[in-house]
Amino acid sequence: MKLDEETIWQELGKITDPEIPILSLVEMKILRSVSVSDEGVKVVLSPTFIGCPALDVMKNEIRSRLAALGCEHVTIETTFSPPWSTDMLDDEVKEKLRVFGIAPPPRTGEELVAVLSLPVACPFCNSSHTHLESAFGATLCKQMFYCDSCRQSFDRFKPI
Amino acid sequence: MSSDFPRAEVQTLMLSLADDELMLGHRNSEWTGYAPILEEDIAFSNIAQDELGHSMLWYILYEQLAGKTPDEMAFEREWNEFTCCRFVTYPKGDFAYTVVRQYLFDEAEQVRLKAFANSSYVPIKEASVKILREEAYHLLHTKGLVERLGDATEESHRRMQTALDAAFPQSLGMFETLEGEEDLVTAGVFPGNKQLQAEWLKRIVPVLNGASLAAPVKDPDGACSIKVSPDLGGRKKKHTEDLKQLVDDLQAVYRTVPGAKW
Repeated sequence: MKLDEETIWQELGKITDPEIPILSLVEMKILRSVSVSDEGVKVVLSPTFIGCPALDVMKNEIRSRLAALGCEHVTIETTFSPPWSTDMLDDEVKEKLRVFGIAPPPRTGEELVAVLSLPVACPFCNSSHTHLESAFGATLCKQMFYCDSCRQSFDRFKPI
Repeated sequence: MSSDFPRAEVQTLMLSLADDELMLGHRNSEWTGYAPILEEDIAFSNIAQDELGHSMLWYILYEQLAGKTPDEMAFEREWNEFTCCRFVTYPKGDFAYTVVRQYLFDEAEQVRLKAFANSSYVPIKEASVKILREEAYHLLHTKGLVERLGDATEESHRRMQTALDAAFPQSLGMFETLEGEEDLVTAGVFPGNKQLQAEWLKRIVPVLNGASLAAPVKDPDGACSIKVSPDLGGRKKKHTEDLKQLVDDLQAVYRTVPGAKW
């Protein structure tokens, strides 16, 4: 059976990011393209942080899901053109992050460093009385903040 | 790719970058569980993971030209086959040394990656644009530490200055001339290490001086301004026993069961 690309997008859209289990590969904009040809299926991914170990987990999941659909010849490529950026995330996706308890990344454009000094709103109480607790966090894509209003620590998705 | 593309020289360049990131990443990972405060433990563990990721990316670019996989290059070579600069191979030392080393490396990454972003070789260009954004976090962190620790207390100043005295001559090894480097410059792959080093000095000297740290440099704009001799040899695979120890450690698990699938 030859699968169409739409079916594959739908199937791979069920895979979630192992480090952010509320978001799918599609929502995270990690899945860049799917193409079907006589040689098989080609999937192109754009990695979030280059050293992110979740990418290998996702690749394995893609292979096993496509195998279950009967795809034998699967190639998975990665692309950095254009590089993955948090600016690619849709507003609804950022809102999902906030509800999950992770402060979403602000838009960066070309001015990444300038954006890092802006205040960060607490995802729980929305207060801007927060401070950076640790520039790095539990995973490569997060950093730790503390809310001085509701006295809760929280993760912030690093703008990149 | 045109016929005058300097294939072998690009491989040399990719490997030197990958080896640098691999070794420094490993040295940084030695702080996991041992850093002086929890935040620094997390920071250096994260930086280590980032650098290992960057090394893999450079190894993949190498693989595209040379056919050897990242695992083969990282785990199946002998210690005296790596082309990292010696600077990244030395033990992690005092935490002040780690901070100074990482800062000097991060600034070198800035000038290198910004130059690569204009490379005539597209894979280098694309990889650099991506890595540069991640590196912004490293530089912000290590520069902040240098600025704060350089003149915080008498002890912090003394330890940072001692670290800089040791690290500075070593750090010049990052810019050791590569074999066939002139061909890379001619082909527009990168502007050459001499120019990168000059740009790097212009960045680091004001920051170090601003933190009351003395770098052995007369005038960062002058031609013969460096007063110490550089610790070279790494690019020619001439290393010290420190790299042997590091590579033994790095490859221990892989060599226990070669080819094991995890």
